[in-house]
Amino acid sequence: MTTETHSTTEHGMSNAGYVRIAAILAAITALEVATYYIDLGALFLPSLLIMMVVKFIIVVSYFMHLKFDNKLFSWVFYAGLILALTVYAIFLATFHFFS
Amino acid sequence: MTADSHADSHGAAHTSTGLSNNKLGMWLFLGSECLLFGGLISTYMLYRGRVGEGPRPSQVFDIPFTSVSSFVLLMSSLTMVLAVSAAHKGDERNTSLWVAITALLGATFVGGQVYEFTAFYNEGMGFTTSLFSSSFYVLTGFHGVHVTVGIIMLMSTVGILKRSKVPGSKAETVEMIGLYWHFVDVVWIIIFTLIYLIPA
Repeated sequence: MTTETHSTTEHGMSNAGYVRIAAILAAITALEVATYYIDLGALFLPSLLIMMVVKFIIVVSYFMHLKFDNKLFSWVFYAGLILALTVYAIFLATFHFFS
Repeated sequence: MTADSHADSHGAAHTSTGLSNNKLGMWLFLGSECLLFGGLISTYMLYRGRVGEGPRPSQVFDIPFTSVSSFVLLMSSLTMVLAVSAAHKGDERNTSLWVAITALLGATFVGGQVYEFTAFYNEGMGFTTSLFSSSFYVLTGFHGVHVTVGIIMLMSTVGILKRSKVPGSKAETVEMIGLYWHFVDVVWIIIFTLIYLIPA
């Protein structure tokens, strides 16, 4: 087993794979910035939020290795994230942010 | 020597869970950080329209400049993951090199934030000018402090790697700092979209 294969199987991806992921992230960021200057109408907010979530998931899954690591780490992190989203959604709703 | 430093060659730690306690602790910490930044982001979202006599977000934000800063921080995540990859291969030279480049990119981001804050202040947006400005500076300032702490950890890592004074698994030490660094990047992904790109 070569060092590269060992690294790929145990710790996620090859270096070329990481560069490809970074290129995808850069492209999404460019699209996000483009939405600021192009009038997308009603699609503006949903498209930005979707791109933000996609970038978030890509970094957490590939760069932070959650996709390849033990599922307990995913549970621990996403539990904190979902708790935060729930608590602050209720907080914002209390102050009529969404209405 | 802790149980964690006895991880075998396949990465399995000799703990009750079979997982590294250091890594589990770091993920717990990052999960709790979601609550910290969630609170700051929510507070900003509530107050972003409360500008009082001060400038509005769209009057002060420089989107091209912040986009470049965001790109720099995003690329620092790539260099960090390359450092972790090199550490797992036992390549100390490249580990130190990528960690140092990550710190440099992080410092560039923080420098950009200092420049941005100075420009905002000169345009009449002080910390106490309005609820918008206070919540903005607290949120982005907290993030900047996190990046700065990350840079200090990265530079310390370069120093102790050179002196070969990293206890236990060097790869795991670099990976822990990497997790923290990527989290800081992930938080910025959210801040950049919600605070800068979506107008109040």
